[in-house]
Amino acid sequence: MNPSLNGHQPRKRANHHTVVAIVEDKPGVLMRVASLFRRRGFNIESLTVGHSEMPGLSRMTIVVDGDSAPVEQVEKQLYKLIDVIKVSDLSQEDIVARELAMIKVRCNNVNRHELLDIANVFRADVVDIATNSIILQVVGDEDKIDGLIKMCEPYGIRELSRTGRIAMVRGTKTTTVHEPEPERIARIHQTQGRRVEGDLPFSSD
Amino acid sequence: MARMTGAQMVLEGLQREGVEVIFGYPGGVVLPLYDTLPQYPGIRHILVRHEQGAAHMADGYARASGRMGVCLGTSGPGATNLVTGICTAWMDSVPVFALTGNVSRTLLGKDGFQEADITGITHSITKHNYLVMRPEEIPLTIREAAHICRTGRPGPVLVDIPKDVFQESAEFDWPEQVHLRGYRPTYEGHAGMIRRAAELIDQARRPIIIAGHGVIWSDAQDELVALAEKAEIPVITTFLGIGAFPEAHRLSYGWLGMHGMFYANMAADNADLVIGVGMRFDDRAMGRFKDFNPGVKIIHIDIDPAEIGKNFPTAVPIVGSAKNVLPRLTEHVREAKHTEWLQWIDQVREEHPSLHIRESRRMLPQYVVRTLYEETEGNATIVTGVGQHQMWAGQHYFYKRPRQLISSGGLGTMGFELPGAIGAQVALPDAEVWAICGDGGFQMTMQELAVVVDENLPLKIAIFNNGYLGMVRQWQQLFYDRNFVSVAMTQPDFCKIADAYGIRSLRVETKAEVAPAIREARAHKGPILIDFMIDQEENVWPMVPAGAALSETIEAPAEELAR
Ligand SMILES: Cc1cc2nc3c(=O)[nH]c(=O)nc-3n(C[C@H](O)[C@H](O)[C@H](O)COP(=O)(O)OP(=O)(O)OC[C@H]3O[C@@H](n4cnc5c(N)ncnc54)[C@H](O)[C@@H]3O)c2cc1C
Ligand SMILES: Cc1ncc(C[n+]2csc(CCOP(=O)(O)OP(=O)(O)O)c2C)c(N)n1
Ligand SMILES: [Mg+2]
Repeated sequence: MNPSLNGHQPRKRANHHTVVAIVEDKPGVLMRVASLFRRRGFNIESLTVGHSEMPGLSRMTIVVDGDSAPVEQVEKQLYKLIDVIKVSDLSQEDIVARELAMIKVRCNNVNRHELLDIANVFRADVVDIATNSIILQVVGDEDKIDGLIKMCEPYGIRELSRTGRIAMVRGTKTTTVHEPEPERIARIHQTQGRRVEGDLPFSSD
Repeated sequence: MARMTGAQMVLEGLQREGVEVIFGYPGGVVLPLYDTLPQYPGIRHILVRHEQGAAHMADGYARASGRMGVCLGTSGPGATNLVTGICTAWMDSVPVFALTGNVSRTLLGKDGFQEADITGITHSITKHNYLVMRPEEIPLTIREAAHICRTGRPGPVLVDIPKDVFQESAEFDWPEQVHLRGYRPTYEGHAGMIRRAAELIDQARRPIIIAGHGVIWSDAQDELVALAEKAEIPVITTFLGIGAFPEAHRLSYGWLGMHGMFYANMAADNADLVIGVGMRFDDRAMGRFKDFNPGVKIIHIDIDPAEIGKNFPTAVPIVGSAKNVLPRLTEHVREAKHTEWLQWIDQVREEHPSLHIRESRRMLPQYVVRTLYEETEGNATIVTGVGQHQMWAGQHYFYKRPRQLISSGGLGTMGFELPGAIGAQVALPDAEVWAICGDGGFQMTMQELAVVVDENLPLKIAIFNNGYLGMVRQWQQLFYDRNFVSVAMTQPDFCKIADAYGIRSLRVETKAEVAPAIREARAHKGPILIDFMIDQEENVWPMVPAGAALSETIEAPAEELAR
């Protein structure tokens, strides 16, 4: 495995799998995925979703607890959703996996420097500073973030927010879809299920 | 392209998809659609008496014909009333297209009068669903929904349309092609897998085919017979697979499972190779998974990859349609004889016949079914409810062809019998259709008798009147120490109910009257209801007790046979 740039190696946690799903960017997709996981009893460790490089398609990164279900079942069930176009289990791949966290830590004039030193070691950014708290922003794999959290704990963590994992395979291999839709169909697919903007006439029954 | 209202587009689209019948019920938000119906005389609207009935009718129509069934309900309660029927279709992979109206777009999400989030509610019981927010989206949506509904593994879809979208106009742009990047069912099996499967079959000494509902959906009865005959493989079916293989065939050994034939269960449990075709290894079919035939190898042919490996590890997975895979498998297997193995099963069958009906002066329900089989020469289409009568209908009628037995298996929906049979009769106007009803289940949807009259359907309705929720009574007797709670029912006079609708009726109280009544019903041109006052305490045997393995199948205890 290639060492990652910052020296951190994404450690494979007890049977956690990273699954990437390329999905139609349509209302309700997130609910379909979430409701599938709930119904089938697949445990989600984290789920992130956002735009991909392809217009109209979103990329979901789902970390699944493989003890709750065979990952193969998770993949196959995801595929059954019409809005899910491609599913890849990245667990066997050489990947870069990252997460972002913001940690609001209690501090004062006396210990602020200590904290900034810690932040420095973890290459965390200070994104806000107040008289008795600072916000650290850190990017890395889960272990790195866990490590920073642990170091902050003695000072008192006031608030913590983590994005969940996103991941990409190293090298030239990609997890993308190269299949444009015919223009006429794409036009409808782009609006399907979306609210109409502007005023509509009021009507009731 | 022509300019049309949303309502016109819906009907135009459905018509282009070949829809001839809609089972529906009106209400405020679908009035624009009803207002437009007369412009489409090619689409027959059948007014049901409860939306659940509409969904079951669409389902029965689909199961009987192989075509897509369409049901329609208004927003809110109309839509939620469809839910049981949609879920019934979902569990058994039936192509039902549900159409609902919703409140106008300005009110959506604001708890408008009779608003229900029906797309949210049905996410987990449809293959896919749509909320249509613009009239110009209707043609593509109808086309896609119908395509998803009936291709691949069939299943229900739902299209929800706000009232004002029915009223607004746009250009009708009908897409010739469906283009769904996330939906490409696999029909052809993988050549390498098919070869590996053939090798396993050639090596097997005790192979068995378990044929399921998927064989029926892909119309692969002939292809299945060819494979079974070439390699001389005995065939059993699941309950929903009944009819996938002719039961009179010498290689047919009935169906397996909780109330399957003893010898079918033993054959499945003693085989060295199971070839599952278009069946999903359901728990009612297989018994306790972990103790099913330890050491058996499984070949699984299914169009839905997610079914493969779901309940059992599979030696050879083949994703594809039975229709395509079976002939290629037949090509590759060697001709074979399995004389010893067949003799073994024959021997078990001789010792444990399962379908023997004992001599009795009582009117045994098994006898009623068997008499119906004989009188109809095994040609009728049978639609059942859920419970004991359902199992007897599966056991004691012998089926020849696919689509001949129509029943709710996966959800086990009581109340399916009458509307399901109505749907089947609408699909097959000239066929002899018998609804075999539980006296409990019949009362869940009996208001649909009005539809039988409205549509002048020659439906034969047989009520198996045991005065009990019989299947539940059986469980209380066997597993709850005869503590009978809330299972005895005071029944109305079903003949008077038929009477009230203007439907002819007969009551049968003795065994001697069974055959004459069936003959009379068959001779009668219109609909008829027969109230069979069957023996009240008969139980269904054999039985794999809940949670037991197939090897633990029990047969009728001696004291019951002495009754
Ligand atoms: C009171 C009661 C008792 C019951 N007892 C029994 C019993 O004893 N035995 C029993 O078997 N069942 C019994 N059932 C029914 C049981 O619950 C299931 O419904 C049934 O076993 C499912 O059968 P199936 O797998 O063949 O069909 P389905 O559940 O309909 O599954 C069909 C399968 O075929 C696949 N398929 C669809 N189309 C194709 C195609 N073109 N090519 C290939 N594959 C395709 C689908 O993907 C699916 O996997 C009982 C039900 C009730 C209510
Ligand atoms: C809608 C619904 N409610 C409850 C059940 C549970 N249940 C299964 S069989 C059965 C009894 C059915 O009674 P009846 O229709 O009289 O048929 P019988 O078993 O007596 O032949 C019941 C209550 C069910 N399957 N469906
Ligand atoms: Mg009953």
